[in-house]
Amino acid sequence: MALKLKQSEFEIERDQNKCISCEVCVRQCSNDVHEYDSDQDTIYSDNSKCVGCRRCEALCPTGALKIRNREDQFKTNYNWTSSHLNNIYRQADSGGVLLTGMGSDRPYTIYWDHILFNASQVTNPSIDPLREPMEIRTFIGRKPDGLEFEMKKNKGSKEGLKNTNIRLKTRLSPQLDLSTPIMFSAMSYGSISFNACRSLAAAASEFGTYCNTGEGGMHKDLYKYANNTIVQVASGRYGVDTDYLNKGAAIEIKIGQGAKPGIGGHLPGEKVTEDISNTRMIPEGTDAISPAPHHDIYSIEDLAQLIYALKEATNWSKPVGVKVSAVHNIAPIASGVVRAGADFVTIDGLRGGTGAAPQTIRDNVGIPIELAIASVDERLREEGIRHRSSIIAAGSIRSSADVIKAIALGADAVYIGTAALVAMGCHLCQKCYTGKCNWGIATQDPYLTKRLNPEIGTRKLLNLLRGWSLEIKEMLGGAGINAIESLKSNREHLRGISLNDRELAILGIKHAGEAW
Amino acid sequence: MNGINNINKNNKDTQEYFSRFRIPSGCAVFGIVNEARERFSGQMVMDGISVMHERSNGLGGGFAAYGIYPEFKDDRAFHILYDDAEAKRQTEDEIALSFKILFSEEIPTTKISGIVNPPMIYRYFLKSKGNGDTFTTEEDLIVDFIMHVNRDIRGAFVVSSGKNMGIFKGVGFPEDIGRFFKLDQYKGYLWTSHGRFPTNSAGWWGGAHPFGLLDWSVVHNGEISSFGTNKRFVSGFGYECTLSTDTEVITYLLDLLVRKQKIDIELIHLVLASPLWEEIERMPEDNREILKSLRILYGSALLNGPFSIIVGSGNFMYALNDRIKLRPLVAARKGEYLFISSEEAPIRKVCVSPDRLWHPDGGEPVIGIVRKEEIKKDMKSAQATQIDEKPERLVKIGIVSLNKSQGDLNGFKIKAI
Repeated sequence: MALKLKQSEFEIERDQNKCISCEVCVRQCSNDVHEYDSDQDTIYSDNSKCVGCRRCEALCPTGALKIRNREDQFKTNYNWTSSHLNNIYRQADSGGVLLTGMGSDRPYTIYWDHILFNASQVTNPSIDPLREPMEIRTFIGRKPDGLEFEMKKNKGSKEGLKNTNIRLKTRLSPQLDLSTPIMFSAMSYGSISFNACRSLAAAASEFGTYCNTGEGGMHKDLYKYANNTIVQVASGRYGVDTDYLNKGAAIEIKIGQGAKPGIGGHLPGEKVTEDISNTRMIPEGTDAISPAPHHDIYSIEDLAQLIYALKEATNWSKPVGVKVSAVHNIAPIASGVVRAGADFVTIDGLRGGTGAAPQTIRDNVGIPIELAIASVDERLREEGIRHRSSIIAAGSIRSSADVIKAIALGADAVYIGTAALVAMGCHLCQKCYTGKCNWGIATQDPYLTKRLNPEIGTRKLLNLLRGWSLEIKEMLGGAGINAIESLKSNREHLRGISLNDRELAILGIKHAGEAW
Repeated sequence: MNGINNINKNNKDTQEYFSRFRIPSGCAVFGIVNEARERFSGQMVMDGISVMHERSNGLGGGFAAYGIYPEFKDDRAFHILYDDAEAKRQTEDEIALSFKILFSEEIPTTKISGIVNPPMIYRYFLKSKGNGDTFTTEEDLIVDFIMHVNRDIRGAFVVSSGKNMGIFKGVGFPEDIGRFFKLDQYKGYLWTSHGRFPTNSAGWWGGAHPFGLLDWSVVHNGEISSFGTNKRFVSGFGYECTLSTDTEVITYLLDLLVRKQKIDIELIHLVLASPLWEEIERMPEDNREILKSLRILYGSALLNGPFSIIVGSGNFMYALNDRIKLRPLVAARKGEYLFISSEEAPIRKVCVSPDRLWHPDGGEPVIGIVRKEEIKKDMKSAQATQIDEKPERLVKIGIVSLNKSQGDLNGFKIKAI
């Protein structure tokens, strides 16, 4: 056996008094951590294979298993951490690019956790969402510069609209109509299982919001949810044809992803099953490699052409948006995208999730979504074009409070990806790229995918949307606001805590303790 | 700190304080319009607002009056506050660059005990020289000019800038401010007034209400929880909120929506206090489309949180409550008169038996449109009306006036004519 320098991240504790050798853990673990020795009638576990997904722990009927983080893998060193050492050992073995999954876990400042929300006292009343209307309906899409009316007043009219004939001359561009400002982020069929895709689509449809196909096309069986599905056009153009474009409620051109700005994607051939090959429109068993750039977009004018080509292809009947990752020049980039004709701009931040990305890129490229939203909103307003596009914030929205803060910083709505997966059972082991997801989410292995019951997945997602929506209403009401529109870019309701002047200036908020 | 002494300061430091901090305040609002464009004395509105003494705390009171300068009805009337002669000199230099000054004078005031340490208060009647640029309207130039003076000239503040109208305001109870400016001697067809109950201790003459821009004047009671959203929305159209007050942002919203975006005043409540989505969904299809479009486009112009506002303009008085009616608003009609008030008492004080008195629903506007045809009549009989309008006539139509006589216009001698 070769020398293993990499140390186990986890330690599996099995209480032999409780273990009944039922082999649930053996069958559940796709990483072959647990092994039954029939001679000894004992189950042995190999720490080094454990990814920390906690499937076995959750399913052990007698509670005999405990998975513990091994903090002291190596001699404590502030500079050369266990993670650095293990990575070097892995690369010394493989000579390859280190892959990882999910969003970055590096300890960069999480600005959400340094922002506090406001509430009413005395000078204006808080509003009770249990007794008063509280509106969180949101529209995503281009807004015209103004509205033109034709008004004919009947004689003798004085007040109100009753005696006036009004006709609207301006026609609004197509809009997405969200019952809550939360949508499901782009997660492709291929990166996640069909059951996961179906749960997302069904939940979005039932709740009145939208899910996003990601770059992998739309499975025919999910066409019934197409009215609540945003179809993505990415650099690989997988599964894109007129039918696909016209089925969706909106189209999103994916330029970048927060977890891997500037690079493409790779779905290994072994994951390209018959179904995925049909959906992506590529041969079965071939690697699906999306290029880093769109090879027909080398500049902003090319993007404009694609936007208008897609609008033409769909008879101008749906919003066409652009997803970019939050990078240093995000404000002028977003401004350019808006001017190129995008009806919405999705901005995916540094901590945005992924099914597979080079670890070094995920952890070192891009900027946090909070700063990106604030500076983009500011720039678009300075240029007087904020109304032309909606802004969707993505990249680690973890709670309803994050949603509230994102909107108050200037977003119209948010995408959630990781949070939705967690609702379906994901434990953030970050091994999505292995295709061995024990929770049946990020895998195509039929033995694993059947672990996710789409009915239950849908219900969990609906519960999550409902819970967050209720919390959003509570917080809005507390701040004396009864419509989500009045929260948008309302930074007066935010205060920073433990932030420096520069950070406060970029976020456009005052520090806690500073009054109006 | 040293409380009362600080209260009446009118200096740039206080102005900066007002621009840095947003000060919530409770308030009294009261307005009267005569839809036939018949002019009446400011005494009536002073009598009304004085009844609501309890709703203000002496840190701000003011009046907007329309139709008071018929002699200059097509010219700009600027009311300007100065801290000192230097501010006046600088401002007048700037004015001379952009305008032809038809007439100027110090606004006549009277000494009363409730008003201490007032600034220098001047009025100017001006004709715009324009800048030869056909793309910019005269209004836009004036807005730019006012924003320049208020922001850049230390100790100067333009209070009002409309035509045939003026705003009189300061630190004190509204009835004292009214007496200070001798408003009983002015006659207008539309008056609004405001008593302020701010939550801070400093008072600044420019920070009192009404807030004015061009022909707009706005008085407001409430605290708008959507302030940040509204402020950022108007900033995208070039309006810079320098005072951080709700009233200022409401004025800019109105200017943007009505003057620039040409939305009919009868539709404005559908933006500022838009119906709930569930109400919109129940509407017949035509209306639903209109309401939906308005709300989708102008969501950021929705005023959220408690407010009641009275807006004055040359041609109408407009009042609106927030959509769930978190602030009081009462309206009444008597003949050609429309009264709008925070409370019923002021209306009863000046009009014992109105034809109709009602409490408008949240989001339901009250509009008193001043008839245009009366302009001619008013022009012809401008002088005559002033003299003919006897208290008896007001009593006859149900408006109980007025302890004082209509005055002799002594306080306001029009020298130019």
